[in-house]
Amino acid sequence: MTAFILRRSLQSIIVLFVMSLIVFVGVNLVGDPVDMLINPEADQAEIDRVIRDLGLDRPVSEQYWYFVVNAFQGDLGRSFIFGEPALKLIIQRMPATMELALFSLLMAVVFGIPLGIYAGLKPNSKVSKTIMAGSILGFSMPTFWVGIILIMFFSVSLGWLPSTGRGEVATYFGITSSIFTLDGLSHIFLPAFNLALFKLSSVIRLARAGTREVILQDYIKFARAKGVAESRVVRVHLLKNIMIPVVTIIGLEFGSLIAFSTVTETVFAWPGMGKLIIDSIYNLDRPVVVAYLMIIVVIFVTLNLIVDILYSVLDPRVRIKGVS
Amino acid sequence: MEPILEISDLQTHFFTKAGILRAVDGVSFEIGAGEIVGLVGESGSGKSITGFSIIGLVDSPGEIIGGTIKFKGEDLNDLSNEQMQHVRGNRIAMIFQDPMMTLNPVLRIETQMIEAIQAHDNKISREDARIRSRDALGLVGISSPDERLRAYPHQFSGGMRQRVSIAIAMLNRPDLIIADEPTTALDVTIQGQVISEMQKLCRETKTALLWITHDLAVIAGIADRVCVMYAGRIVEQGLVANTIANPLHPYTRGLMGSVPSQNQRGKPLQQINGMVPSMLSLPRGCAFQNRCSYVTEKCSTERPDITHLSDKRQVRCFNVSEVP
Repeated sequence: MTAFILRRSLQSIIVLFVMSLIVFVGVNLVGDPVDMLINPEADQAEIDRVIRDLGLDRPVSEQYWYFVVNAFQGDLGRSFIFGEPALKLIIQRMPATMELALFSLLMAVVFGIPLGIYAGLKPNSKVSKTIMAGSILGFSMPTFWVGIILIMFFSVSLGWLPSTGRGEVATYFGITSSIFTLDGLSHIFLPAFNLALFKLSSVIRLARAGTREVILQDYIKFARAKGVAESRVVRVHLLKNIMIPVVTIIGLEFGSLIAFSTVTETVFAWPGMGKLIIDSIYNLDRPVVVAYLMIIVVIFVTLNLIVDILYSVLDPRVRIKGVS
Repeated sequence: MEPILEISDLQTHFFTKAGILRAVDGVSFEIGAGEIVGLVGESGSGKSITGFSIIGLVDSPGEIIGGTIKFKGEDLNDLSNEQMQHVRGNRIAMIFQDPMMTLNPVLRIETQMIEAIQAHDNKISREDARIRSRDALGLVGISSPDERLRAYPHQFSGGMRQRVSIAIAMLNRPDLIIADEPTTALDVTIQGQVISEMQKLCRETKTALLWITHDLAVIAGIADRVCVMYAGRIVEQGLVANTIANPLHPYTRGLMGSVPSQNQRGKPLQQINGMVPSMLSLPRGCAFQNRCSYVTEKCSTERPDITHLSDKRQVRCFNVSEVP
């Protein structure tokens, strides 16, 4: 197990390195941040000074070298706009995105699995067909559009839920989050639902497909032949088996929830990392973009590792071996 | 001997898109307390469906549409789902064909055993149930049962898993065990062990056994009485010794002829001509007519009834006297 984690960590470092190279070269190809930063009336001498200060007069290879050296010391560069360390800016915004992503994931699982199991157990009932039709809609409607419709319906027409911001936050156990206050919960509900919709649809489809397959297995019939109550057959025998593919997808998709919450955060003016990155891309704030992408890569790599470990917990046949 | 199970005129049909499939069509037989009865037939003859009909686990689109299944004087067809659940695994247990598929791969053996006990006894503690499970494992010849309880199914070989299934079936001291080809998926050496142990256990505990198989040789070794099934009906029934020494129905004779044996070394094996007819388009009259070498005009127009002969023998053929 330790060897497995070590080996995976080594692989992760290589991935991180390659990604940093691609990202760094990529952002250097787009636009000129100097135009965005200086006063349009500044003279050439001032422009040169700014370029020199930001280190943009050096060749890209040299800039990259400095970036790597600094990165090893935990410094991912300084924002051109705010003049603060990029990492600090992102970390400040991270809790808002994390709580949004986690809440969405929770919604997707809590609603998705029971709905999917139901649709799998009674594939021909009207309710199941409605669930499946709904999941197709969830897949195919664009997130930003659904977000706008949600705002129009629940915030504008009905006035039930607020449409922007994070609301009141409270701190428990050292975690500051809006889910600890009623006001915060009312704020998180719409954006979380918006973000969850796509995942919810995939969880429903996975749970349904899993149920349809597992329910035909001999071990389900054998459990019934033992006289085990139907509720236990579903909750224990079925659920544990369908959780294997569901956990894989949930784990992997959690990364994408964090990474692609940008759209939802923009629509609902949610003060998270996604909104920061969009603003930074507009302003060509290269260090923040690079730092953000680095963090996303780390999150993805870590989640993959966690999924692999969870997999072995769920499925005793996949016990991770230390030897390669 | 007072019969513990009396099946009369059982009809289990499958309502498929292609038409009504009469998988079990008027099956009648009985099993005495502590008696071992073999139910023999080819694939698709309806023998397994007969077994599943008894414990009320016929998968849709199959349905029991007629006949009675009297178990200790009570018709199982009249029981509610809940009452039936109490019979399953408690009074009537079942063992399945493929031991690789019958145990849930993600649950520990102890979980699967304890739930079988607790399903029928809500007062027993987990610890007591565990002790009973351990003893049951020991009884079927699994060494160090205490450790093995903590194991998962994939840590057992096929033969061991089938022993575990047998132990589970025996947990609640049922009056009847239905064994659906329990040795077909096992190695020949393991087959022999499982058969003799099963026989010993049933004799010791006075448990009746319905042994479903396509293998007459197995029946010869274990059963008291045999029922031969063809195309959803029992075509011959009698004590094993008589039936095997002197088969009356042409189909039973064919089956006997196709068993490889020592004293026919070097001679080509006999086989029954033709194929099992499609259950969806059975011929009028006797279902075996197309493959029978004693066929007469009458066979293609009329359906033969059961003829009761002496010594508990029954046969469903017009030409019993013709058969040499």
